[in-house]
Amino acid sequence: MAAPPSSYKDRHFLAVIGDEDSVTGMLLAGIGHVTPAPNNSKNFLIVTNKTENSEIERAFDEFTKERKDIGILLINQHVAERIRYRVDTYTAAFPAVLEIPSKDYPYDPEKDSVLRRVKRLFGE
Amino acid sequence: MSGAGNREAVFATRQSLGLMKSKLKGAEIGHSLLKRKSEALTKRFRDITRRIDEAKRKMGRVMQIAAFSLAEVAYATGGAGNVSYEIIQAVRTARFRLRTHQENVSGVFLPAFDSYVTEGAGDFALTGLGRGGQQVQRAREVYTKAVETLVELASLQTAFVILDDVIKVVNRRVNAIEHVIIPRTENTIKYINSELDELDREEFYRLKKVQGKKQRDGEEHDKENAAKEELLAAQGKEAPGGGFADLLGEQEDEDVIF
Repeated sequence: MAAPPSSYKDRHFLAVIGDEDSVTGMLLAGIGHVTPAPNNSKNFLIVTNKTENSEIERAFDEFTKERKDIGILLINQHVAERIRYRVDTYTAAFPAVLEIPSKDYPYDPEKDSVLRRVKRLFGE
Repeated sequence: MSGAGNREAVFATRQSLGLMKSKLKGAEIGHSLLKRKSEALTKRFRDITRRIDEAKRKMGRVMQIAAFSLAEVAYATGGAGNVSYEIIQAVRTARFRLRTHQENVSGVFLPAFDSYVTEGAGDFALTGLGRGGQQVQRAREVYTKAVETLVELASLQTAFVILDDVIKVVNRRVNAIEHVIIPRTENTIKYINSELDELDREEFYRLKKVQGKKQRDGEEHDKENAAKEELLAAQGKEAPGGGFADLLGEQEDEDVIF
């Protein structure tokens, strides 16, 4: 029924996909992690206007499916908006996907996939 | 009798009647227990959704403050680009990490995240060494607080997703018992009862028939005997007591065949 402990006990890190400012702030808090030399993978992605949607999707898939050490994925709401269908169809418990506001785009609860589920459940 | 489709394939015997009765009882107990579990979970679920709503609002405020502190850093260090670049390049290992533990809510394990900060200065000891070190330090603290809030929110959200699933499963079970298993078992019991009654009636009718036949035969026999006695009496009482000889079972009753 519920997820077995093995599915989340090794998840130590947070990952972040967002604009430069959000990512900088999160890194400053100390969540950034780069795995050692051979497969130098970062747990953050900086999205600018030039970043392709496919690249965001690839990062999203990497953080949610491939890496087993990520417990929470933070994603800027305006970035989530660009791959909205992916975020909305993501229903797994681990890692938790959290939409966060960014400096330039204020937070809109109407667009949040989880809050929309909350609303739907209570029929509002 | 309701349609034969909605009952279990059993033979109508007293043994299976007993089985069905205990099954019905079990189903009713299970139903009430599951219903209570579902209610407890739903209560918890509502609590969590309310807290998520609050936490999301709080997150909006906290992130705003954090973004402002980063703007201060940019101002103090002269341009956001440099410091961002420096920070992004300096990242090595995570200082801020997660730990998971679980909480038991009526038999459902809900995982929750705890955050902890490892010892040491981290990767950004030299960031802002030239200018704006104080602002960088402050931004770091503010962002650490903000991420803590986010971790809390993520725990709630995970609990929300898992509880949602579990409640669906439990409700499905409650409904299955209420609308499928209990009616079907009741139908089966009804069916077995009616079959057993039918058998009882058949048996009773058969016994009646046997009794009727025996009585008829007995009467005929009596009549024959009476006629014989009369005949004897008319012939002049030659053989006293001879009429009784037949009654004492020297010859057996005939088998009754229908």
